Amino acid sequence: MREFQYSRATSVADAVASGATFIAGGTNLLDLMKHEIAVPGRVVDISRLDLDRIEPEGEGLRIGALVRNSDLAADHRVRQSYPVLSRALLAGASGQLRNMATTGGNLLQRTRCPYFYDTAMPCNKREPGAGCSAIGGVNRMNAVLGVSDQCIAAHPSDMAVAMMALDAVVEVEGASGTRRIPITEFYRLPGDTPHMETALDRGDLITAVLLPAPKGGEHRYRKVRDRASYAFALVSVAAVVRMEGGVIADAALAFGGLAPMPWRVSAAEDALQGQPPSPALFDRAADLVLSGAQPQEDNAFKLPMARRVLAATLADACRMEDPQ
Amino acid sequence: MQTELFINGRVHRLDADARVTLLDALRHHLGLTGTKKGCDHGQCGACTVLVDGRRVNACLTLACMCDGAEITTIEGLGEPGALSPLQSAFIAHDGFQCGYCTPGQICSATAMMDEIAAGWPSHATEDLNAPVRPSPEEIRERMSGNLCRCACYPNIVDAIMEVQG
Repeated sequence: MREFQYSRATSVADAVASGATFIAGGTNLLDLMKHEIAVPGRVVDISRLDLDRIEPEGEGLRIGALVRNSDLAADHRVRQSYPVLSRALLAGASGQLRNMATTGGNLLQRTRCPYFYDTAMPCNKREPGAGCSAIGGVNRMNAVLGVSDQCIAAHPSDMAVAMMALDAVVEVEGASGTRRIPITEFYRLPGDTPHMETALDRGDLITAVLLPAPKGGEHRYRKVRDRASYAFALVSVAAVVRMEGGVIADAALAFGGLAPMPWRVSAAEDALQGQPPSPALFDRAADLVLSGAQPQEDNAFKLPMARRVLAATLADACRMEDPQ
Repeated sequence: MQTELFINGRVHRLDADARVTLLDALRHHLGLTGTKKGCDHGQCGACTVLVDGRRVNACLTLACMCDGAEITTIEGLGEPGALSPLQSAFIAHDGFQCGYCTPGQICSATAMMDEIAAGWPSHATEDLNAPVRPSPEEIRERMSGNLCRCACYPNIVDAIMEVQG
């Protein structure tokens, strides 16, 4: 690990003014610092700021940026009204990591693309202009949607996938004051600048994530991975589905493991709306989700896998007796 | 960095570089070598300790971030002649071969039982809003952050189930 200057923020304003790298849970940042992928000169510890509460806001919920993943998953309001979020959190990482990892930090975790981690190999995300080793390389875990010819890294978060399906809003404190960024606009696709991943500017601090009023309906989070536990998603889907009189009244779907950000396709949700659930309908939704996919040799399996995961999740959420 | 740590009921003062992780502080600066370094990247769980009662990976925490915290390591859970129930159960059930992961397993299981008692659900929990019923499936899921290269998992689960009841 490279040398750095450590200090503790005493207020949000103090942290924002520092322009330094923030540390809270440290589970991702310290790992990256040990690999010397992240080499901050100054690290400001924000973990003692007063941002660790979950509070009602309007008809929704305000989740402080420092709420630990384990506390968020276990919160009774989340378990009852936003169970897809509890499920996504519990499908991620380990008990130890969830006790450390924070809400804000989870949103900002970096890709686990093996070439991003391998400092001996070119990576445009780590070193802009260096090239992408994953394209044509070992890319089993990489993205198939939203990729560019500069980067095919996948976003690793489970939590953010559920928040995408829930229409969460990210509250940010920055030099110009407070901003509220819908999570759909929070992440950036790689394009020609894969090192720029979010709408945040230097010094910006995530202070909270806001959940709108509960949507009701059936909540599901289904994750397929190489191990039964404690592994990143190959494919995951968060689904919030409300049925009315035998048809799908509305559906929100977000995918993990497929793209550089939690992936949501409104055309697929629109196609489900007002329709009675059927395998053919789910297949049509999958066509819309996966249209424009650019798979590589190792990760082409994610396309049929995503199709099956979506069908199984929707059948479950629509409580179909026998989806076949 | 001047850091004050309350470890196993005793205060320790540490003057170390900011880069020193809690794990290296325990092992190299304070002589508490019960906590083990496996992967050093938060993937194996060998370094699991309790910080303010919660299990964490000591390798992914800076010692200076823990200033003022109460830390429990395997040395604080029990000692020869006065083992904790989990320590005894690991021996009774042969929950290890080489033993390298064992301190992390036992610290992790100790805090995991508190999480179950607090009603925290897991990925293996069927109903998020019903009381948690401890089962081998629950234990396996909740202990997935602790790897055992000797693959003593069945005996580890048996040991924890005996204490968990």
